Amino acid sequence: MKDDTPSAGTPRTVPVQSETWSNQVNAEIRRAAATGIYDIRGGGAKRKVPHFDDLLFLGASISRYPLEGYREKCETSVTLGTRFAKKPIELKIPVTIAGMSFGALSGPAKEALGRGATLAGTSTTTGDGGMTPEERGHSDKLVYQYLPSRYGMNPDDLRRADAIEIVVGQGAKPGGGGMLLGQKISDRVAEMRNLPKGIDQRSACRHPDWTGPDDLEIKILELREITAWEKPIYIKVGGARPYFDTTLAVKAGADVVVLDGMQGGTAATQDVFIEHVGQPILACIREAVRALEDLDMHREVQLIVSGGIRHGADVAKCMALGADAVAIGTGALIALGDNDPRWEGDYQKLGTTAGAYDDWHEGNDPAGITTQNPDLMARLDPLEGGRRLNNYLKVMTLEAQTIARACGKNHLHNLEPEDLCALTMEAAAMTHIPLAGTDWYPGKPGSTF
Amino acid sequence: MQTYDLEADGLRGLNASLHAQAQDTNQTAWEIVNPKGSHAIAVGLDAPIEVSVKGSTGYYCAGMNKQATIHVFGSAGPGVAENMMSGTVIVEGDASQCAGATGNGGTLIIKGNASSRCGISMKGIDIIVHGSIGHMSAFMAQSGNLVVCGDAGEALGDSLYEARLFVRGSVKSLGADCVEKEMRPEHLTLLAELLDRGGCDAKPEDFKRYGSARQLYNFNIDNAY
Ligand SMILES: Cc1cc2nc3c(=O)[nH]c(=O)nc-3n(C[C@H](O)[C@H](O)[C@H](O)COP(=O)(O)O)c2cc1C
Repeated sequence: MKDDTPSAGTPRTVPVQSETWSNQVNAEIRRAAATGIYDIRGGGAKRKVPHFDDLLFLGASISRYPLEGYREKCETSVTLGTRFAKKPIELKIPVTIAGMSFGALSGPAKEALGRGATLAGTSTTTGDGGMTPEERGHSDKLVYQYLPSRYGMNPDDLRRADAIEIVVGQGAKPGGGGMLLGQKISDRVAEMRNLPKGIDQRSACRHPDWTGPDDLEIKILELREITAWEKPIYIKVGGARPYFDTTLAVKAGADVVVLDGMQGGTAATQDVFIEHVGQPILACIREAVRALEDLDMHREVQLIVSGGIRHGADVAKCMALGADAVAIGTGALIALGDNDPRWEGDYQKLGTTAGAYDDWHEGNDPAGITTQNPDLMARLDPLEGGRRLNNYLKVMTLEAQTIARACGKNHLHNLEPEDLCALTMEAAAMTHIPLAGTDWYPGKPGSTF
Repeated sequence: MQTYDLEADGLRGLNASLHAQAQDTNQTAWEIVNPKGSHAIAVGLDAPIEVSVKGSTGYYCAGMNKQATIHVFGSAGPGVAENMMSGTVIVEGDASQCAGATGNGGTLIIKGNASSRCGISMKGIDIIVHGSIGHMSAFMAQSGNLVVCGDAGEALGDSLYEARLFVRGSVKSLGADCVEKEMRPEHLTLLAELLDRGGCDAKPEDFKRYGSARQLYNFNIDNAY
């Protein structure tokens, strides 16, 4: 009879963890089974998706000559709203601060964003929940969001704004509304939104008084009439169908299109939504630029892109792909102190760790940014926060300039697709930038695949 | 009385003239002729003036109004008096969908019927409809009063918050979390004042009151389907 008992020293199969049923997946199933509730969190997509890291700049060579380090001029300014607005917005740098709501963020955090943006010569943006006086007062250029919820929306603030951003969607949740859980509804937040204190506030996913692009065109007419055609009107869309959304936004009369990819942050949304709906920003930019070119509107209608923009190289890559400016949310919060290891003890108490903290909706942010708790809020000094944000914006700009000069460009806007190569087939296919070492990208006219 | 021919002189000139009126203007009476269904008529006003529109209007007439009284002698297109802050808007005819949407204050009086989504996301406005209203009216209505002398369509008051709804006729169906509520003396007093303000020939006692059951106020998975 054969003996199946492994004798000592016989090699055995090592335990194998499943790629499909990973520890994280299994833990989430156990959590779901125990609670019956889906996971809600803040932030953007955490999984790896094709991104700007999949592109590289080529730099100068015999056929392209560079500009000298920090001595030769490399301009960074951008003007937004040149199509129809009587008063376009002039920014010193092409990095803007994205819309983040008062309610999701504390008053001092909003103030810090305004201070930092103003020091850097750029704009900041309100969010769901309306405009606060601190924010208006400390922001030289303030974009006022016009959202489906219309929380805090009023014509005086509309007239006080420097531009108006009609929010159709967000990259983190194209097709989704918002949620501000009861624990973050302070007296002030409740009053601004005209709702009882302590209840969950849902922000609708659709605008209440227009549905399609034809209605949107009339809505824009109304907003322009109310504000005497002075203010640039932006339309913000999530990265869903960038070619068609850009086309329709232009048709509806936008001065500026804001395109937010799936990595873009949110204050609070279902994790399944954040990770599984919408396209990465890398895949969206070329399609939006193509739409603008097809309409002969590239540079006439400006394109602002966002979603996972971290440093000057990302900025430069966006510009090279054809964007006029970028917007940042998460990066700005990190500059203010979000997820800083100095609060590690507090993160541990919340069952998380610095860098991974994303329960922003619960209002217990150790860094005092995504909270309405006065003790926690006091941890953020808006003056210091503003200085830090300004520094960060300055570094991003210097980095982008460094790359632009190396490519021989005297303005960030002169960066072009020819300055880039792609590291992966996916990035090459999405951007039509040739794969490194070749002159080819998938779908290139004349090639068979 | 200032008369403005919209067809001849254009929308921009109209709104610019109306915006130019100061608080203490003595040009308090304006008449707009030939509106012919134009959009964005008399939007963003902020002075105590009286504007009569002699005909029907397109989208967003009287949008975001403050202080002014705007009287439409015809019917109004979608979003009449949307996001109104204060003042009064009167529509002699019918109103299309989303009448008074997101309004924060003031009074909207519709002498005819109003279509779907009347008072959607209302935030403090009083809307008084002599006729009937369409489906999904007062969806996510936050505060203010909606008075309907006729009937209400399907899903009245779906997901509403603290707005008060008074309907004299039938309600085809109530939306999620909207329930009939007891009409207490203070509601009868309030309703009498609203009916009087709206010029309605109706008795408060003939109305039923609807409001939020407040079951959806805090996130509960059993409500999420
Ligand atoms: C805390 C927080 C709150 C936000 N609130 C809003 C909002 O009110 N309206 C909006 O359009 N987008 C909102 N966003 C999305 C940002 O405007 C922006 O699209 C996104 O943050 C850009 O991506 P990034 O975070 O990777 O830079 C929010 C983002 C964050 C992180």
